[in-house]
Parts: sequence; structure tokens; C-alpha cells
Amino acid sequence: MSHEPATLEPGFRGVTADWSADKQAFPVPWGKAMMWIFLLSDTFIFTCFLTSYMNVRMSTTEPWPNTAEVFALTVGGHHIPLLLIAIMTMVLITSSGTMAMAVNFGYRRDRKRTAALMFVTAALGLCFVGMQAFEWTKLIVDEGVRPWGNPLGAAQFGSSFFMITGFHGLHVTGGVIYLSVVAARVLSGFYDRKGTYETVEVAGLYWHFVDLVWVFIFAFFYLW
Amino acid sequence: MAVRQHDIQADAPENHSPAHAAAHGAHAEGQQHPIKLYLWVWVLLFVFSAFSYMVDYFQLQGALRWTLILVFMVIKASFIVAIFMHMAWERLALKLAILVPPLSLLILIGLMAIEGDYTFLTRLAWFAK
Repeated sequence: MSHEPATLEPGFRGVTADWSADKQAFPVPWGKAMMWIFLLSDTFIFTCFLTSYMNVRMSTTEPWPNTAEVFALTVGGHHIPLLLIAIMTMVLITSSGTMAMAVNFGYRRDRKRTAALMFVTAALGLCFVGMQAFEWTKLIVDEGVRPWGNPLGAAQFGSSFFMITGFHGLHVTGGVIYLSVVAARVLSGFYDRKGTYETVEVAGLYWHFVDLVWVFIFAFFYLW
Repeated sequence: MAVRQHDIQADAPENHSPAHAAAHGAHAEGQQHPIKLYLWVWVLLFVFSAFSYMVDYFQLQGALRWTLILVFMVIKASFIVAIFMHMAWERLALKLAILVPPLSLLILIGLMAIEGDYTFLTRLAWFAK
């Protein structure tokens, strides 16, 4: 793959050669570097969503719905504000913890424990999506929240809520599928034959990012 | 660490090329951390999430609310990126490539905050007529 200065290729082949040949910038598996760059681009997407939410919330003259009350649950006669979101947060943090341990066992080449912890992570992710579906149903059916308006206050609440939590929910759903596929491959011994468990760590990076985004959504959308 | 390294080599499949195994073994060793560390971070994330929740539960308002929410948010995000995503053990080149570009977003946030404030004042002036 090394190219002498005299044999530098022209055109697009030259571009790929210049950018790839014997010039590794990051001494990590390529999948890991690419996942980090994908997550960097995803950071920009989520920040754009949260910034647009900040902009519409600052500029509206209508009162913003009180999120503590909108997302409250009544359990056994007790009215607890923001309870559903607190549970969802705990579930996602727990799934991140199990994923971190799956990555750790992956590096020890502990096939069964890695697969088991990844399946637990995916199950917790599915649990999170289920609670989100419950939350959306409650808002759409019971509260009458629509992307273009709602009876609780500023119309921008609906559009921001559906866009931000919807995009995050899609990431969680995609993550559950991704983790399930990788976990099934771990269990089948695919990565033992391949000789490396680095795919588990790459999947882990994605999953932790989903948790990371939720930290920001929790702070800005639910606690503001 | 030496014992664990030996285990990894022993578990490697037969057809594994020695050079690859050595390279991977070195990498694996670099990412070996005790499970206890992850459990600690997990507990801390729970605790700081509970703190964030308490800020809302006790209805703290104004600058105190914002300071606490942002501080807890940054602490949680830092733990996730540094420990769970292993950024603390990556080389500086990768850290800079991933962590520095998002800082440009602060400019976007600043501009949009000014814009939002301006729109709000314009609407007040317009709706007052």
C-alpha cells in the first residue's frame, strides 16, 4: 500500500491513497474511530434540536407547559411529579452500566457473560422505549398534545417534544436492534472466530452515547 | 495484569496469527479495568440523577436551579464519556478530534439565545399594539 513519491496516483484513487496509505492518525480499530466520528456528527444533530427548542421556548409569549406536572404519575393515591421520567432515566443508566460490563467481559473473551449482559442491555432499552410509547400515548390521547398545538400552553411544546424525544427514541430502538444482532453473534462464537471482540466495544460506544444524549434531554427539556 | 494478559492469549483461537494476537493483547490490556470501577460510576450516575430530580422536586428556582441542573448534567456526562466510553484512556489525538469540535456549538447556542430574546421582545412590541 505504500506509495513512492514518483508513483503518486492522480484523481480520486490518489485522494483515497493520500488519505489512507500508511497514515493512520488514530491507533484504534477503524470501527471504533468511525463510530466516534459518527457520534460526533450525531452530537451536532442533537445539539441543533436542543438549540432550536431553546430558541422557540425563549421567543414564545405563551406560557410553557409545566413539565413536572405534565409528566407526573399518580401511584397509590400519591401524586409524584416527573416520576415516569425519573424511572426512564434510571432504566437507561442501568442499561449503560450493564453495557460497560459487557464490554469489559468482551475484552476478557468471556463469550457467555458478554452476550448475557448485552441481552440485558437490549431488554432495558426495550423497556425504555415501552415507557416512551406509554408517555407519548398519554400526551397524545389524554392531554391532546399535537405538534402544532396543545391545550396546556405554548404550541411549540408539542413540536419540540415529539422531535427531540422521537429522535432519541429512534436511536434507542436502533440501538436495541444493533445490540441484539451483536449479542447473537457473540453467543454464536462469531467474534471468537474473528479473533477480536472490538465490535462489542463499538456497539457499547453507541449505546453510551444514547444514554449521554438523554442526560442533556433530561436537564434541558424536563427540568427547565 | 500479567496473569490476565496470559489468560487472553490462552483463550485466543488456534488460527490466530501471533502478531495480531500480540497487538490485540496489548490493546485489550490497555482497556482492562476492574468491574468495581464501572459499578462505582453506575452508583454515582444514580446519585447525581437523584440530585437532579430533587432540584425539581423541591421546586428550587432561579440561578440556583440552573447552576445545580447544569453542574449535575456536566458531571454525569463527564463520567459517561470518560469511564463508560473509555475516553480517559484514549490518546490525546482522538480526545482532541472528538471533544474540541462540539465547542463550536457554543457559538450557535449563543447566537440562537440572542435571536430568541430578540424575537421575544419583537413579539411583545407587536402584540402590545
